[in-house]
Amino acid sequence: MTLTLHDATFALLALLTLGAALGVVLARNIVHSAFLLVLTFLGVAGLFLTLDAGFLGLVQVLVYGGAISVLVVFAVMLLMSEQAGQTNPPGASRFTRWAGGVGAVALALALGAAVCTTAWEPGSGPRPEAVAELARLMLGDYVVPFEAAAVLLLLAVVGAIILAKGEDGR
Amino acid sequence: MSDQATIGIFLLLTLAFPAGAMAAAWLFRPAPIQSAEKRTPYECGVDTRGPSWMRFRVNYFLYALVFLAFDVETIFLYPWAVRFQALGLFAFVEMLVFIAILALGLWYAWKEGALQWY
Amino acid sequence: MEELILDIGRWLVSGLQGLGLSAAWADLVLLLVQWGCIVGIVTANVIVLIWLERKVSGFIQQRLGPNRLGPYGVFQTVADAMKLMTKEDIIPSGADRTLFVLAPMLFIIVAVMLYVVLPMGRDMAIVDLNVGLFYFISVGSLSTICLLMAGWGSHNKWSLLGAMRSVAQMVSYEIPLAFSLLGVVMIVGSLNLGDIVAAQQRVWFVLLQPVAFVVFFVAATAELNRGPFDMPEAEQELTAGAFTEYTGMRWALFFLAEYTNLVAVSALASTLFLGGWQGPLLPSWLWIIVKTYLVMLVFMWLRWTFPRIRMDHLMSLSWKVLIPVSLANIVVTGAGLELFRAMGW
Repeated sequence: MTLTLHDATFALLALLTLGAALGVVLARNIVHSAFLLVLTFLGVAGLFLTLDAGFLGLVQVLVYGGAISVLVVFAVMLLMSEQAGQTNPPGASRFTRWAGGVGAVALALALGAAVCTTAWEPGSGPRPEAVAELARLMLGDYVVPFEAAAVLLLLAVVGAIILAKGEDGR
Repeated sequence: MSDQATIGIFLLLTLAFPAGAMAAAWLFRPAPIQSAEKRTPYECGVDTRGPSWMRFRVNYFLYALVFLAFDVETIFLYPWAVRFQALGLFAFVEMLVFIAILALGLWYAWKEGALQWY
Repeated sequence: MEELILDIGRWLVSGLQGLGLSAAWADLVLLLVQWGCIVGIVTANVIVLIWLERKVSGFIQQRLGPNRLGPYGVFQTVADAMKLMTKEDIIPSGADRTLFVLAPMLFIIVAVMLYVVLPMGRDMAIVDLNVGLFYFISVGSLSTICLLMAGWGSHNKWSLLGAMRSVAQMVSYEIPLAFSLLGVVMIVGSLNLGDIVAAQQRVWFVLLQPVAFVVFFVAATAELNRGPFDMPEAEQELTAGAFTEYTGMRWALFFLAEYTNLVAVSALASTLFLGGWQGPLLPSWLWIIVKTYLVMLVFMWLRWTFPRIRMDHLMSLSWKVLIPVSLANIVVTGAGLELFRAMGW
C-alpha cells in the first residue's frame, strides 16, 4: 500500500483535528478552549471535503464554524469569571482525571472497533448530485424526521428563552 | 485537479498572504520604543478600572441561540430550493409546514421579548 | 478581447508543458499565478477604493477630499499604505498575544477565500463549484469568529464590547442574507454561480426578485459593518470597536479585509441579481468590473448619506422586518413558480 497525496491530506487534517480537540481539553483558559473547538470543527469540515462530501463540509463550516462557535463564545462570555487564566482547570482530583482519560480511550476503542467490524459497501456507478439527492430523501422518504427536526428546533428556542428568562429574573 | 484540492491549495497559498504582509512590515518598521505607558490599554486617557474581560448579558446568548435555529433551517432550505422545480407541489407544502413551525419559534421569541435589545 | 485572459492562461499551461512539466504541475503553476493575480488585484484595488471612498464622501459633504498628492489626490492612499508599513508594532501589555496576533491574519484569509468561487468573466471562476453560492455564505460566516478573537485578545473594554456587538449584528443579518438568496436559487435550481449567471440571459433577477434584492442589499451592508449599520465600530461611542488596540500592519490587514469583503459582496450582488458578466459589446470580465464598481458606489452613497442606526433599532430591523419579509418572499416565490407551472406557461 503506497501513501497517496489523499492519505497525506487525511493524516494532516486528522492530526489537526485531534490536536485541536486535545487542546480544548488541556487549555487552562476556557476562551482558548472555545477557539480551539472552532478549529476542531473546521478540521472535521476539511475531512468531509477529502471524502468528496462538499456540501456536508460546507454545512459543517456554516453551522459549527459560524454559528455553534459564536454560541459557545457567547456562553463563555455569559459565565465569565474574574480569573480568565484559570477558567478551565483540570479535574479536581487525580481520580477524575484518570477516569476521564480511561473513559475517552475506551470510547475511542469502541468506536474504532465498530468502524473496523462494519462491512462498508463502497458505492458504485455514477453518484447523484449530493444536494439534489439530499433534497429528494429529506422531502420524500424521511419527511417525518425532517418535520420533527423543525419541532426540535422550535423546542430548543422555546426552552432556551424560558431558561434565559429565569436567569435574567424578568 | 478536483475542486476540493484546488480550494485546499488556494487556502494554503492564502496562508502566506498575511504572513508575507507582516514580514514586509517587520522589515520596514522601527523597533518599538518599549515603555509601560505606551502598552497600556487604550481608555481615552485614563487607566482602565476593573476587569476588561467581563461578563456579558444573557441577551447576546439569546440572539445566538435563535440565530442557530435559523441557521440550521437555512441548511434545510437550500437543498429544497435547488430541487424546488423538480420536487413538485407536495414538497412545497412540506416546506411550508417546516417554515411555519420555525416562524412559530420566531413569534414566541418576539412575544417573550428575546428579540428586544436592551 | 473576450478570450484574452483565458488565452493567457492556456498559453501559460501549454508553454509550461512544452518545457516538460506534467499537466498537474502546470495546473498548479496556473493556480499560483491566479492566486497571485487575485491577491495583487485585491491589494491594489483597496488602495483605489479607499481613495474613491474619501472622494465620494468629500463630494457628498461638499468638500474636496484628498487633493494634495498627485492629481486629485490619487496617491494619498499610497502614502497612507507606506505610512502604515513603517508604524511600530504595539501589543498592549495585558493582551492575549496569540489571539491578538492571529485575528487580523485569519480575517484577511477568510476574505480572500471568498474569491475562489466568484465568476470573474465567462468561464473565469477559479473553481466552478457546484455549491458555489453556499460556499460563499458558509465561508463568509467565519469572519465573526475572527472578530471575537480580536475583541477578546486585545484585553480592552472597547474592543470586547465592539466585537460582541459586531458579532451579534453579523449573525442577525446573516439569516436574512441567506434567506433572500433562496428565491434566486428556487428559480434557477442550482447553487452554481455560473448557472445562475446563465439563467439571467433574458432578464436580470433584480426584476424577478426585487424584494430579495433589497433585503440582500440591506443585510449585506450590515454584514459588512458599513454605515448606516456601523454601530459596532461607531467612532463616537466605541472608539474603533474590535480594532481599537491594533496599529500599523495589523490594523491595515483588518482594513484590507473589510474592503476585500466589500468587493466580494458587490461582485456577488452583480452575479446574482445584475446579470453577472453578461452584457453587450464589452468583454465579460470588464462587465463584471463595471457592475461591481457601480454596486460599490451605491454602498458608499448609502454610507455617507444615512445617519447611523441605533443598536436596538438595528437588531429589530433584522429580526422583526427583514427575516419575516424574506420568509414571505420565499413563500410567494414558491407559490408563484407553482402557479407558473400549473398554468403551463
